[in-house]
Amino acid sequence: MDYNRIREKLSILADAAKYDVSCASSGSNRKNTSKGLGDSTGMGICHSYTEDGRCVSLLKILLTNHCIFDCAYCVTRKSNDIPRAAFKIQEVVDLTINFYRRNYIEGLFLSSGIFKSADHTMERLIAVAKKLRLEENFNGYIHLKSIPGASDELMYEAGLYADRLSVNIEIPTISGLKLLAPDKRHEDFTQPMNKVKNEIIRYRDELKVNRHTPKYAPAGQSTQMIVGATGESDRDIMYSATHYYRNYGMKRVYYSGYIPVASDTRLPALGSQVPVLRENRLYQADWLLRFYGFSVKELLDEQKPFLDTDIDPKLSWALRNLQLFPVDINTADKQLLARVPGIGIKSVHTILKARRHRALTWDHLSRFQLALNRAKYFITCASPDVYHRDREAGNLKALILQQSHGKYRHLHSNQLSLFN
Amino acid sequence: MEQATILLYDGSFNGFLTAVFKTYSDKIITADIQRADHGQHGLFSDAVYIVTDTALAQRVWNGIRKKNGQAIKEIYFAFLSEQEGIERLLLSYIQRIFSEVRAVRTDLGNEMVLRIEQLARKVGREKHRMEAFVRFQLTADGIYFANIEPDFNVLPLISRHFRSRYADQEWIIYDLKRNYGLHYDGNRLSLVNMDLPKSYTNSLKLGDEFHEDESAYQQLWGTYFQKTNIRSRINKKLHEQHVPRRYWKYLSEKNPANALPGA
Repeated sequence: MDYNRIREKLSILADAAKYDVSCASSGSNRKNTSKGLGDSTGMGICHSYTEDGRCVSLLKILLTNHCIFDCAYCVTRKSNDIPRAAFKIQEVVDLTINFYRRNYIEGLFLSSGIFKSADHTMERLIAVAKKLRLEENFNGYIHLKSIPGASDELMYEAGLYADRLSVNIEIPTISGLKLLAPDKRHEDFTQPMNKVKNEIIRYRDELKVNRHTPKYAPAGQSTQMIVGATGESDRDIMYSATHYYRNYGMKRVYYSGYIPVASDTRLPALGSQVPVLRENRLYQADWLLRFYGFSVKELLDEQKPFLDTDIDPKLSWALRNLQLFPVDINTADKQLLARVPGIGIKSVHTILKARRHRALTWDHLSRFQLALNRAKYFITCASPDVYHRDREAGNLKALILQQSHGKYRHLHSNQLSLFN
Repeated sequence: MEQATILLYDGSFNGFLTAVFKTYSDKIITADIQRADHGQHGLFSDAVYIVTDTALAQRVWNGIRKKNGQAIKEIYFAFLSEQEGIERLLLSYIQRIFSEVRAVRTDLGNEMVLRIEQLARKVGREKHRMEAFVRFQLTADGIYFANIEPDFNVLPLISRHFRSRYADQEWIIYDLKRNYGLHYDGNRLSLVNMDLPKSYTNSLKLGDEFHEDESAYQQLWGTYFQKTNIRSRINKKLHEQHVPRRYWKYLSEKNPANALPGA
């Protein structure tokens, strides 16, 4: 192994891949049956965390950062004067296997700049996955990037070896895409997505009649949108996310606060603050849609194109719907409990179990892990003390903010002072 | 009045379950169940040493499982927490399970039930952490070797995970705190006790016990770890919340010897 050369390539190609935020390694079901290497059943594992606090689950690299496209938001765009490198297929295979055997990673997340053509690039990505599966008997997790514009035949083949496939939409609106990535068409993104979606459905149906049906992208598809690059609203982003969840069966939509990587008048200036708070609120909204039974219209609409930054979207919704509260913790149904600010899904389950045995009081609730400092204004329980009084939404919000120490509190006051 | 008895056992889960069996079969009024090597028996009670009997332990295990399949798992996890007084807590819990028709596990408004659920959850978290934080180092004779010092005794819980994942390689995971390890030779899993030379337990500088490529791969991993970080988003507090400092000792990416020069 030419160690120094590999280290140099790894430096460049890991650095270029880090803006892709997905690192999920869950949701697959590839068992180690033939005494091979690896197993990707059950939940994902974060083997480490970077100093920015993000999970490290997969070896996330580009095959190459040579690219024929010039998308303004992308660090790898062809007009950018940066060092370029390319891995050989065998080099990626060796790194993956050796990292996996040492329990550093759950698998590989391979993306690439587009060299020559979309199909040529996609073929090389597939070649890596195929080699890992067929020659190394590797059952770890493989996430391949679907290259925009890749042919249906190649997308079909990719799904035979990968656990997950993803195309990053990056720009949530079509007008934004025209502005920042004039070489790419919206259809280039949706076409591979559509092909993969249809194959997943076809394989699922086939599995019902033939249990020996091979796996096809068992962990599904995901996509990513950049937040804060084109002046899009939260409403644009979340409606677009809902569209991809609904029409393409996405497992995940990721939101990535734009990190300035270019000096370009179409984009926020270099050195601008990364909108991490906004990104966090979008993820909270995403969770409300996927796990808490909210519809996107309840969180955002024409009158309300942005999520609140100072409070989370569930609390914000509750303050707009005070007529539904208080709810009785001992009788309310599951759906309603999940809508109480400060009560997460885990706490909902704890409450549902515990109240079968006895009527719950504040004392019980204080021992469950829920945010009672918020929840207490929206619920009643078997204790006589009541925190819920007919307060006006603005007062209640002020009261809650006064008593909370949110992790973004300092950031929020910073951002406010920027606007002043 | 009959004297309350303290049952002493060997510290194993089977030993504990045997003791539980005895409290029923011999109608012993049990003041406590304690590890024999801890020996703090109360002044006014008799202490009886219970010899571990796997068959009897199995009967208790099956009995609880028949009442509630989830409860037996929770009891086992909570037991491995090795918390002071865990035996007495679990004994009362098991007695309640056997005496009531309704499921006891869900009664989280009860302090004892909640405490056991929380302990089991803590041990579960440590299990998951160990599945994540084990770092194998390849020895010169081809064994993937890892040291751990988990907060709780989770080795028995992680064996299945590592066996199915690394079915084609020889590996050892060694708990330095409790001085025992798991050894998988490619076919079978066994428990091992070893006298480890210092060089195995301190990974800062690798000796010739390790494979010639080992330090290269550790450094490549260190390089990757640094390059995948986004500096403009730095958040060390969150970082340490996810990877508490006490685990850093055996994480190769946290070893300064594997850092990228000048980064």
